[in-house]
Amino acid sequence: MDWGQILNNTLSFMLSTETIGFMLAALGLAIHFGYAGLLNFGMAGFMAIGAYGYAISILSFGFPWWAAMGVSIAGAVVFAVLLGIPTLRLRADYLAIVTIAAAEIVRLLFQTQLFDEWTNSADGLGGYHASFRDANPLPAGSFTLGPWSYTSDQWWARLFGLVLVAVAVLLVWLIMRSPWGRVLKGIREDEDAVRSLGKNVFAYKMQALVLGGVLGSLGGVVIALPSAVIPQYYLPSLTFFVWTALLLGGAATIFGPVLGAVIYWALMAFLSGVLPAMAGEGWLPMTETQAGYLRYVLVGLALMLLVAFRPQGLLGNKKEMTFVK
Amino acid sequence: MSSNQPSHDDDHLVATEDLAPTVHGEKAVDLATGPARPGVPKKDPILVADHITRSFGGVHAVDVDHVEIPRHAITALIGPNGAGKTTLFNLLSGFDRPDTGEWEFNGRSLAGIPAWKAARRGQVRTFQLTKVLNRLTVLDSMKLGASKQKGESLLFSVLPFTWRAQEKQIEERALVLLEKFRLLDKKDDYAAALSGGQRKLLEMARALMTDPEFVLLDEPMAGVNPALVQSLLDHVVNLKREGMTVLFVEHDMHMVRHIADWVVVMAEGRVVAEGPPQEVMKDEAVVDAYLGSHLDQDIGVITGRYDEEGNRIP
Repeated sequence: MDWGQILNNTLSFMLSTETIGFMLAALGLAIHFGYAGLLNFGMAGFMAIGAYGYAISILSFGFPWWAAMGVSIAGAVVFAVLLGIPTLRLRADYLAIVTIAAAEIVRLLFQTQLFDEWTNSADGLGGYHASFRDANPLPAGSFTLGPWSYTSDQWWARLFGLVLVAVAVLLVWLIMRSPWGRVLKGIREDEDAVRSLGKNVFAYKMQALVLGGVLGSLGGVVIALPSAVIPQYYLPSLTFFVWTALLLGGAATIFGPVLGAVIYWALMAFLSGVLPAMAGEGWLPMTETQAGYLRYVLVGLALMLLVAFRPQGLLGNKKEMTFVK
Repeated sequence: MSSNQPSHDDDHLVATEDLAPTVHGEKAVDLATGPARPGVPKKDPILVADHITRSFGGVHAVDVDHVEIPRHAITALIGPNGAGKTTLFNLLSGFDRPDTGEWEFNGRSLAGIPAWKAARRGQVRTFQLTKVLNRLTVLDSMKLGASKQKGESLLFSVLPFTWRAQEKQIEERALVLLEKFRLLDKKDDYAAALSGGQRKLLEMARALMTDPEFVLLDEPMAGVNPALVQSLLDHVVNLKREGMTVLFVEHDMHMVRHIADWVVVMAEGRVVAEGPPQEVMKDEAVVDAYLGSHLDQDIGVITGRYDEEGNRIP
């Protein structure tokens, strides 16, 4: 078993754009679920809108990268409002059902032949990187920092993603310690009580849905920045991976989603190295390919154990957990 | 007396007489323009409701032709279970929509207005099943109650200097109220850690943070230990002294008699009688609807909360 390579791979994944995108998406979910109590099971839809909004704006309409990002944000706002108008007056469980269905509708719309001209249907989109890479302020070449060795363009995508995360963390921290955040937490606990105190609960929930959705969309953009946009990536399972990252770190925390995303992807990378290696050594009664997929089983198991035994996550407040309904 | 209550009196039977409020506000008299009867106009009504109906699958839960709630007074809404008291409460506070009906609060129509807007107009309510915000601290729950907070808009929330001064004022007000309601030492606890009675107190204190004119209390004494009942009674009487108008639902006739200036009796969705407490108790319709065959018995005895000698049954 090549431990060196497995560890290297694990470390490298901790700073992948996928990890950084997950940080943003999980932070968005923290706003939805951790602070506002909105059960959004359609984060993959927001991420797809972000990625496709970005790629299509550049490829079909020749937008510069930053304007394309604006399109992604606007797309997420529209999607959140469309989702919110019919569902936010309903109980939380109904929002969960509607969001999971809406995210699938979004994915299938991107996948269908009907809009092939813009979406390239099931083949997805690629080759939209020039504009973003032109804006790269880093010198050309390859750089190494500790275990991370990337080209200039790869570093640029990661640095940009991390800056977005930093801004998002600061923003969420600011709003959650403000009276606005207090109203949101009150809504999470009992929206009728908050309504009886003269707060427009619907408006707050809508703002939270939009804000978290925009972060999810930006997460989708960051993941797509150096790679390609493939419709099959935005399956409902993506939503549940983001949920796992969120619950791992702590749903009602600021740094929990960031930490959760790092741990989630490190774990996934580690398992995808270690499990096939174990199968290769004959320690597991299965082929290497089968062993590789075992990691999803383990992630599911981890999610269940987490919810049952440590609902507050790694960084959550233990006192708050005591009173989980 | 409320200041030197025994702290552990679960085994102490509180006699009926002890349940009188210790603060004695003047009872408001002469509130109506004519003899007491259902729908009698008031001299200075804060709320006027007309033709309010609400049915659930063919059952007329509320069918109120006309009712007025007098200002600066404590009005009790009584009636047997299923009389439509809570439904009427929900309708008046905007938590439910009536099938028909118009009502005015301070001369402005409130019909069809959502609950949060009604609250902003100065009409706040509490709930029969106490609604505390479990995973918020007591102090945060209180601060949440304050209205017109600048920091509650998303735009200003990210600019702490725009709301910090107001936040400080709100905190000071909250601390004063918590002191009054004897919850000051609980201010940093989660609301979920409070006892049932303390939750009732917190809910009422939180409602007062909105600076209301009209307070609707849905069974404020239900499930509260006798020692706390005493202080809750005092708080309700104090609301009137501070210029607020109170409407409350209550089953316990002792409390109604002690603190209410006016009593509205509902049965099967209708207002069957109203008037000052002493008169209403003698009313034929009330006797029929509420007291039934136990006319000669105290309501507290019928409900099993008091024995024949008027002692509270724990």
